[in-house]
Order: sequence, then C-alpha cells, then structure tokens
Amino acid sequence: MRYVLSVLVDNEPGVLSRVAGLFSGRGFNIETLNVAPTLENGVSMMTIVTSGDSQIIEQIIKQLRKLVTVIKVVDFHELAAVEREMMLIKVQADDSRRGEVLRIADIFRCKVVDVSLVDLTLEATGDHEKIGAIINLLNRFGIKELARTGTLAMKRSMQRE
Amino acid sequence: MEYSGARILMECLKREQVEVIFGYPGGVIIDLFDEMSRHSDALKPYLVRHEQGAIHAADGYARASGKTGVSILTSGPGATNAVTGIATAYSDSIPMVVITGQVPTQLIGNDAFQEVDIVGITRPCTKHNYLVKDIKLLAGTIRNAFYLAKSGRPGPVLIDLPKDIIVGKSEFVWPEEVRVRSYNPNYKPNLVQLRRAADLIVNAKRPLFLIGGGVVSSNAGDVVTDIAVRCRIPVISTLMGLGGFSGTNSLWHGMVGMHGTFTANRAVTEADVLIAVGTRFADRVTGKLSVFAKQARIVHIDIDPTSIRKNVNVDVPVVADCREAVVGLAEILSAQAGEKNWEEDHAAWLSLLAEYEKKHPLTFLPGDEIKPQQVIEALDRMTRNKYDILISTDVGQHQMWTAQFFKFIKPRTFLSSGGLGTMGFGLPAALGAQVASPEKLVVCISGDGSIQMNIQELATIVANKLPVKVIILNNRFLGMVRQWQDLFFGRNYVCTDLEGQSPDFVRLAEAFGATGYRISESAQLEPTLQKALDAPGAVIVDVRVSREENVYPMVPAGKGLDEMLVT
Repeated sequence: MRYVLSVLVDNEPGVLSRVAGLFSGRGFNIETLNVAPTLENGVSMMTIVTSGDSQIIEQIIKQLRKLVTVIKVVDFHELAAVEREMMLIKVQADDSRRGEVLRIADIFRCKVVDVSLVDLTLEATGDHEKIGAIINLLNRFGIKELARTGTLAMKRSMQRE
Repeated sequence: MEYSGARILMECLKREQVEVIFGYPGGVIIDLFDEMSRHSDALKPYLVRHEQGAIHAADGYARASGKTGVSILTSGPGATNAVTGIATAYSDSIPMVVITGQVPTQLIGNDAFQEVDIVGITRPCTKHNYLVKDIKLLAGTIRNAFYLAKSGRPGPVLIDLPKDIIVGKSEFVWPEEVRVRSYNPNYKPNLVQLRRAADLIVNAKRPLFLIGGGVVSSNAGDVVTDIAVRCRIPVISTLMGLGGFSGTNSLWHGMVGMHGTFTANRAVTEADVLIAVGTRFADRVTGKLSVFAKQARIVHIDIDPTSIRKNVNVDVPVVADCREAVVGLAEILSAQAGEKNWEEDHAAWLSLLAEYEKKHPLTFLPGDEIKPQQVIEALDRMTRNKYDILISTDVGQHQMWTAQFFKFIKPRTFLSSGGLGTMGFGLPAALGAQVASPEKLVVCISGDGSIQMNIQELATIVANKLPVKVIILNNRFLGMVRQWQDLFFGRNYVCTDLEGQSPDFVRLAEAFGATGYRISESAQLEPTLQKALDAPGAVIVDVRVSREENVYPMVPAGKGLDEMLVT
C-alpha cells in the first residue's frame, strides 16, 4: 500500500540525513522524497511517499514523530488531498514522430519546454497515475532523459464527512 | 561579562547539577580540561583509560543514581571510541550527555587531524545530537541536551564542540526556560485507557505483571508492588526490569524470555491478562511472536509511542510515564474492584505457578568442581540483608546466571547491558556506580572473556581508590557462544576455547595495584569471597568454575516461550 506523508521539520543541518537514516536504518522504503522551505523561517516541508502495511506505516509515522527535529507528520491516507508531481521528459521526436508526440503532450496538457531536430522536452504535472500514464505512452518513441520531483500533497479544504 | 565557550560549558554543567565527569583529554579539548580545573570545587573529573570506559562509567553512574551521566572526550578517535558506549546507553534508555571536541569550524570537512563526523556517526544511536556552530547558541544547546537526555524516554545526547567555539568568547546567558517546540513527551495517562485496563484486570482469572526497564527508570516499582500485593497479581520481569520488584516477594516468578524461568515463561503463555509496564517487547523477551502470550489480552504501558505495536499487538495501549500510569491504575482499581476477593479469585492461578516453580525451579547439579550458579547463590546468601549491594555484569553466561540466581530486591541494583549486549560494560559501569554510591558494595560479575574487554579501567578504579569487587566466573571459554556451539553446531568449539590463553587474573590484579584471589575448590568459595568483600580496596576474584555448564532454561532463537530446553 502506497502512503503519502507530509513532514514538517526544523531546517537544521542534518535533518534530511536524520529522516533518510531513519528509513534506511529501520528498513522502511522511500519511493520519493521532496524537501523545500515553507513560509515560516527555518522550517521545511518534506513530502515522503512510502509503502508498507498499516503496522509498518504506523511505525514510520511514530518513529518520524519521535525525531526531535520533526514538528508535525500528516498522513494523507484517508484524507481528501491534492497530489501533484512534476516531470521533465526528453522524448525522441524526429520529423516523422513529432506530430504524434505533440498530440499526446496536448492530451495530457504537457508544455513543450525545449525542442531540437531529434527530440522534444516536455514538462508535465499531475498525480502519480497521470505521470505514470504519460511515461507509458511516450515509451515507444524512446525516452532519452527523465527527471521527476516526486509527489507533493496538500489536504483539501473540504473534507468528506 | 564575556566567557569563553569552555567557561560557558562549565557554568552550564554546574547549573545542571553535574558533579562528576568521566573523560579523557586530547588536542582540541585541552582548553576544556584547563577550564575544568578552575571549577574543581563543583566538578570532579575521573580520568579513564579508554573512552569506551568513560561512557560506560557515565552510564553506570546514571543507572545507579538516576542522574544524567556526563562524559567529555576529544575529537576523532576519542569520539569514535565512545560509540559502543553511546549505543549501549541508547538501547537501554540511559540519560547521558556526551561532549566531544571537534576540529575548528573552518577545518570541518577538510579531513583535518583527528577529525571525524561524530554527529553523523552517532545520529542513529543517540536520542539527539548537536554540532554547535555559533557560540551564542552554546548555553541553550547544553540546556536542551540535558532536558532531552532526562525527559520522556531517556537516552544519550551528544554535543560536538569545535575548537573555535571552545576558545571563542560570548556573553553568558543561562536560559531559565527550556522548550523544544517539536518535542513534547506525554507523561499523563489517558484515563479511558486506564479504566479499560482496570476492567480487564478486575475480570481476569490469570493476570500477570511483566515489568521492564521503564519501571526502574520511572521509579514505578513501589507502585507496581502495591498493586501486585493488593490484587494478588504475580510479577515477572525482563532483564532490564530486575530489581523493579523484589526477588524475595512470593509473587515474584523471575525473569522471562530466552533464559527466563520455567514459571515465568509458562505464566506468559497461560496468562489471560498481561500488564506490560515499561518494556519494548524485545525479541529476547518474547521469543517467537506468533505464539507469545496467545491467551492474553495485553495492556501495554510505555512512554514511547513507538514501543507500542512495534512487535506485539496490544489491546489497551497506554502512552505515559510508567509511574504516573500505574499510580492512576492503582486508584481506579481501588474504586472499581468493590468487594472483589482477589485472594480467592487468583488462588488457582497462583497455586498453578507455585506448582511450576516447585516442579521446575532454577537449579543446577552440584559436582566436584565449582558450578558458576553456585557462586552467584553464595554471593546472594552472603550479602542478603548484610550489605547494600549493587551488581554490574558483563555479557554472556555469567550475566544470565546473575539475573537468574541473585535475588535483586531494590531498583537500580542490577546494572547490565540489556539491549545492545555489550561485553566490556561491567567493569567501567561498576566504576561509575561506585562513584555514584560510595557507601554501597559494588560488585562486577564478569566472565574470563568479557573482563578482558575493558580491563584497563581497573587502573582508573585503583587510582581513585574505588573498592570495586570483581568476580570472574572463569570457565576458560567464551561460554555463551560455546553453549550455542554445543547445542546447535555439533560441539564445534571454534574460536571460543580460551584455555591457556588468558592472563593470570590474580597477578594481573596485583599488577594494577588491586588485590587478587583465586578460588579453585568449593570449600574455599565462601571464605575467600568473604575475604574479598571485606577487603578495603579493589579486588579481583578469579573463580575457576566447571567449564561446560549451560544456562537453562533456554528458548532457542526463533522458538516460542513454551518450547524451553530445561536441561
């Protein structure tokens, strides 16, 4: 089972290593990890995608909360949340293929951010599944390079009752 | 008034009521020791012979006194030598502040002489650690470190001090308040959960207390005893819980787990309500999890939320300070029990356990040679009610025999590396314990293997005139590994036979300036032990015990607690 956690941390040197070390030391998985500052000075937000059964996730959350530098952990499981990931993808696209690639880019509302005679670089945003679908569809053209941010998430204001 | 970083540290230590420091000087912390000499009225340094010894000594000091142990060490190898000790304290939740020197800030990362990233190295084995890069933050950091070490689930905290912070100058402001935004341990038990726990206990036919190190560290033993005695509930403990409940009480049934008593392991297996207090259900305690306490509803009290449901699924989790939780539980039980006749309700259960005890007591076959268990029994008999005794151990067979055959009566009288299982812990821990309790009889029970792992601290012990008594159960084997080789590896005694390979411990004691005795025959055992106990200074007693004695009962690794080997 895939879980998205948002972890608010004190932005002290070594905090990333504390969190990453917790995962590796206890044999937990990290699928993606994203860190950036928040509006509050000295506080950063990490978004971690991990997997495991419910008991493992419970341990991960408790262990994260136990770290002195962790201020807050939110588990997006069972919360209505917006999830987004951004990807840059460079696809082989010579004259014969360019039209096809652009049509797929259009369907997924990707932006063309770079172009050459032989390839196209697209910028795509979407949730985990959408990004996966884009990669699947573009695979047959030949993907030359790929860079992804990992998932970001935010709770929706209106929660289901 | 501007103080140097070194002075600020000393002022902070005094305000934290630190009295002793176990340390070892070196290049980058020479200024700290220089400054320390000007505070000798309040801070007494103990110069150890190896940094690992310093940490175990601070650890033994903390275990014996309940205070926070403090150690000051130099950078690089000084710091790395401390790692085993820090990990030991972390495993057993011992409050400790370790201060290490570091190369000057501008040299960090340049592979300077005696530079090591000790904050990186100790991150997974400290409760928290700090590298101080701004002298203005020094006092606050030290305050936080002491607060973190002692509060919640205690543990070691390391502060790394670069040379320029130590010699730099700053205004000294002692922070009266201490607050760490992201750290708020929960001490108060949830009353709803406590009522559910009390309900289970009131309706139980076969209730059982399982106490762990948390009972000792939160001073909950007297309250657990009060409930157990009032409600006639039998008590067993983990290795770390020994002393939390008196070993002479008739409700006591010994240690549980891999080398637990037959009765304790049967009791867990047959209990219908298990009240686990201050234990993390380690694998050495539970055996195979799928058959652990299968008939029981489990109440689990612990201050650390991660301990709960980590290994064992529980019915009533209570995240709180053990003492506060059992105090609350005691009150609710008084109110809820009404006219319940505990004595009568638990009579069948208690007599079943008594029967197990009678059928399968802890025992050994006496022989011509001295049996190791016999030494512990003799020590117990000779010291009971006569000495205020405190025992440290190393790790291995002697540790298990001590846990089994010595009747610990009071908390903080059994000092042993439970979680990490660190050989070499016993002697320096005894050193620290004797510093903490000069009036007590401090005995280190060790093996001929373990004692050689930190024997250098005998020099510290002698130099400081600490009357520590060391009893070596000398079987000329690395006994616990040999036992496994015996039982599971077809007696292929690889790298465990020490016959003819150890020093003469009597002459070794004398070389260090201590007294040495050797006991080779049963008839000498008690008279010579008595002589050792009465000797004014440090003593090593080398007891030549029978070589191939095994620790029983034994639950083989990966087996259930009901699958004990009894002989």
